[in-house]
Amino acid sequence: MDDANQEVMIDIHNLQKSFGDHVVLKDISLQVQKGSVLAMIGPSGSGKSTLLRCINLLTLPEQGSIRVGERQFSFGSAASKPLKDRDLAQFRRNTGMVFQHFNLFPHMTALENVMEGMLTVLRTPKDEARAHALELLQKVGLSERAAIYPQRLSGGQKQRVAIARALAMRPSVMLFDEATSALDPELVGEVLNVIRSLATDGMTMILVTHEIAFAREVADQVIFMRDGVVVEAGPPSVVIDNPQHAATQSFLTRFNA
Amino acid sequence: MYQWDFAALWQFRSVIAVGFGYTLIYTITCVLLGLLLGLLVGLGRLSRNPLVSGPLRAYVELFRCTPVLVQLVWFYYALPVLAGIEMSAATAALVALTLYGGAFYSEIIRAGIVSIDSGQTEAGCALGMTRIQLMRRVILPQAFKRMTPPLVSQSIMQLKNTSLLSVLAVPDLLYQGQIIAHETYRPLEIYTLVAVIYFLILLPATIWAKRLETRLTQQQGT
Repeated sequence: MDDANQEVMIDIHNLQKSFGDHVVLKDISLQVQKGSVLAMIGPSGSGKSTLLRCINLLTLPEQGSIRVGERQFSFGSAASKPLKDRDLAQFRRNTGMVFQHFNLFPHMTALENVMEGMLTVLRTPKDEARAHALELLQKVGLSERAAIYPQRLSGGQKQRVAIARALAMRPSVMLFDEATSALDPELVGEVLNVIRSLATDGMTMILVTHEIAFAREVADQVIFMRDGVVVEAGPPSVVIDNPQHAATQSFLTRFNA
Repeated sequence: MYQWDFAALWQFRSVIAVGFGYTLIYTITCVLLGLLLGLLVGLGRLSRNPLVSGPLRAYVELFRCTPVLVQLVWFYYALPVLAGIEMSAATAALVALTLYGGAFYSEIIRAGIVSIDSGQTEAGCALGMTRIQLMRRVILPQAFKRMTPPLVSQSIMQLKNTSLLSVLAVPDLLYQGQIIAHETYRPLEIYTLVAVIYFLILLPATIWAKRLETRLTQQQGT
């Protein structure tokens, strides 16, 4: 298993997406190694969130191919077959997604939120699902909030429940779409701590983030996007600390103040 | 001064009971069938296939934009001629009221579903739910809470609408009242009684609906 570290977990080729006349992603290709963390930074509207949403097919690209683990989808001229609801669902269960606005299910307690995917999608027996969900709530530090409905949780707690809910599916990769952008500043740390511990556990992750310092700390690779293209890619020591492109430099000066 | 004589109605109590029974049974049947139809039509109208959603929209608009009395009369007098089928007044009334109610129910149900935040759909999809699982586990449980108050008010309307059955000689409460009025020449007493009976059913129903609405709003707020 020596080459396990070299295994490519996420493989994206020539991805294209437009909304009407507006091209959001222009021929994007990227790879993420198993167990590594990729941070995507860039100004709003650069296409980074769209790219992330393409990876679990919440947004469907027009061209290109996406592989996560063993499952692959091709789009446009390379598409092998029409997309079916069931195939999309199969693909998505393997990728955990955490949203900016949490999107917890308000009619379920924290525990039920975490159990829901296991019960409905994986058909895990209830006892087993409950035990695993409690374990995950403990992992994100919320064991004592299991019976609470989302309305009564703080933003940071909601996001940690959302992370536990995604982890419950035992995904091969975790995708974070500006997971701390909607949080009060004093609540950001608790969510970042959870993400940091996932990185330590060796979870393959992609983070779309505005937390540049955090990206520098946990990411193995950083890409800077602007106007639907990857302007610069490399380790954080290069892209963040010593950017080569003028666009990256001017974007980062706003964070170094 | 008019001399009220409600005692004269006592001998007709079984006639009134029959009318009361018809009104109640028609209300319950038309509400249940209408809800079922409304659910199917409401979901169907969300279909991305215009061959499904288009005709359903036409049905809804047709029944929302014609008076229910005209529908009743049309189903009894016109449809049998056009379709070449025999239809009793009771059947025509049932079909017309169900279709009428279903059109309104479907709009309430459709609106309830689309009012749920798209983030909920995304969260369900991201967990790997199929569209049906998403509806059943995430969207409908939330939407039903929002739909309940308008569905209850629409059902109260359905009860009132059953009084129109009397034009097709279906022996509902109002029709039975007309019979008694002809027998006794005491229309003031019997029509007052009919109005009081409707009121006694509908007032508690309305109060209950209001309470339910308040309770559901509070639940969503906490």
